[in-house]
Amino acid sequence: MMTLKVNGQEHQIDAEPDTPLLYVLRDDLKLNAAKYGCGLGQCGSCTVIVDGKAVLSCVTPVLLLEGKQVTTLEGLGTASAPAPIQRAFMEEQAAQCGYCIAGMMMRAQALLQRNAKPTDEQIRAELEPNLCRCGTHMRILRAVHRAAQLMDTAALAPAEQRRAQ
Amino acid sequence: MKKKSGIIGGVVVALLLGGAGVAFAIAWRPAIAAIETPKPQSFDPARVKRGRELAALGNCNDCHTVREGKNFAGGVPVPTPFGTIYSSNITPDAETGIGRWSEAAFLRAMRLGVDREGRHLYPTFPYDHFTNVSDDDDRALYAFLMTREAVHAPARDNQLSFPLNQRVVIAGWKFLFLHPGSYKVDPTKSAEWNRGAYLVEGLAHCGACHTPRNALGAERLNAIFAGGDVDHWRAYAINAQSPAPVPWNADALYAYLRDGVHPDHGTARGPMAEVVRNLSVVPARDVRAIATYMADVLGAPSAEQKERGEAALAQANSKSQSAPVATTVDSAGGTIYVAACASCHESSRPPPYGGINLALSTAVSGPDPRNLANIVLAGVPPVTGERSPIMPGFAESMSDTQVEALLTYLRARFSKQPAWIGLDNIVAEARRTQTVSLETPADARNASAASVERAKP
Repeated sequence: MMTLKVNGQEHQIDAEPDTPLLYVLRDDLKLNAAKYGCGLGQCGSCTVIVDGKAVLSCVTPVLLLEGKQVTTLEGLGTASAPAPIQRAFMEEQAAQCGYCIAGMMMRAQALLQRNAKPTDEQIRAELEPNLCRCGTHMRILRAVHRAAQLMDTAALAPAEQRRAQ
Repeated sequence: MKKKSGIIGGVVVALLLGGAGVAFAIAWRPAIAAIETPKPQSFDPARVKRGRELAALGNCNDCHTVREGKNFAGGVPVPTPFGTIYSSNITPDAETGIGRWSEAAFLRAMRLGVDREGRHLYPTFPYDHFTNVSDDDDRALYAFLMTREAVHAPARDNQLSFPLNQRVVIAGWKFLFLHPGSYKVDPTKSAEWNRGAYLVEGLAHCGACHTPRNALGAERLNAIFAGGDVDHWRAYAINAQSPAPVPWNADALYAYLRDGVHPDHGTARGPMAEVVRNLSVVPARDVRAIATYMADVLGAPSAEQKERGEAALAQANSKSQSAPVATTVDSAGGTIYVAACASCHESSRPPPYGGINLALSTAVSGPDPRNLANIVLAGVPPVTGERSPIMPGFAESMSDTQVEALLTYLRARFSKQPAWIGLDNIVAEARRTQTVSLETPADARNASAASVERAKP
């Protein structure tokens, strides 16, 4: 038994210490946003945030996460109250098949948390580990810029944003 | 008394004048007249093609091309103990490159480390090796470079303090350490061996990384190929002191240099990755010659090395038969190994789906833990368009303490060598250098000396 902190909640996990975080998230906690892509840490569809950093959950055994804070896409927002990054991806229609998008959003979110105004180059470099086979890269790029704007607006006018919700 | 001091004064003046004259003769090099940039069509295509292969053998692009930048436009920072030196633009741009250099000026630069205007070049440009390159090969290299795309890219200012920022100082360095000349054939050895020696000691400049340097930054002639430092990586000893668990031979060297990977040795990483990428496009016989010569430099394995190699292979093979979890896990590092590493490194799957058994890894058995720390943190990135070895990096998911525990475990389980000391500092430093390169945008990856410094000294 180990304790895993996911999206602000503590969970008692009954898993072998070498179980990849992705399996625990999907099978035990039923958090299905992070996807199984390659299982080798090469495609990025399983990306989640651990202590503010984008991490490939398919190659991260849970024993490395003792005392750390895991955030999945479910922890950012919901369908009815999407987070800025989710709103931006919807508004830019950045998903085609959508399989890579949860990972894309998580890595973009981690970038925006440490760099509120990334340049095109910085976004491209940051998202390099995440693959998209449909080819919506330009939309994803626009969506990350839009998310940066949305977050900026949210920070500047918290009262207005609260009214909007 | 007065007369005596006058004599002494005269002698001193004469010595000073004489010294100045000698210094002038050593230091002064004339400019070679600028030429109109030759038209690309004026070069013989066969010679250009040969030049392309030679440039790959010389790994020229690695120092002279910023990552994602224009080919051969320079600007790569080369960190040295004396300061940071930036590589120069060797495209045929008339203003900022070598467009106005004649062939004679290019040959002089290769042989003596002097630019067209007569200024001494810093020995980060390895003319101590290139002086051995034949005129014919230099001409082919010139033809190749002069037919590349001209890129306007002004040189960046070197970060050196006085007196090292005075190029005249380099003349003194050359006086001590540059031995101009060309490669002398050893008639007692085969043609292949001589070809390998010519390439290794000359254009391929292997010693620039693999030979340790003295306090003045010159290769130590009494420790040739004994292992050196490059860009926060260890260039392993490739002489009799090689720390490879399984002794190298010519066939293994050939496969490794040609394909970047060998089942008994693993994969080329760090600065060596670019070297083997270049060697994959040159004539096979040249790589074979390099392997033949280096196998001779490494020498036949001693009885002890042979035994070590057999033990390593036995350990690797026995482990690949059993399930990974069957290993004794008695430490934090062991638990991490089983959870994060063994599923690939004990899978016995071929690359890229499986990794080398770590009993065969020079990174684990070598004297310096930096390469292993670098790999654990940054992983092995895939090579575009190739079926290459891959490994995810663990910088974001492992703390320094966890990496230290893992390295300690790997050393104890997979090598017969004493435990590493000072791992905390080494891991912290590896995290600093490796994550800076990971988080820096592509266009600026070589922009600061603290980021990915891929250039060779």
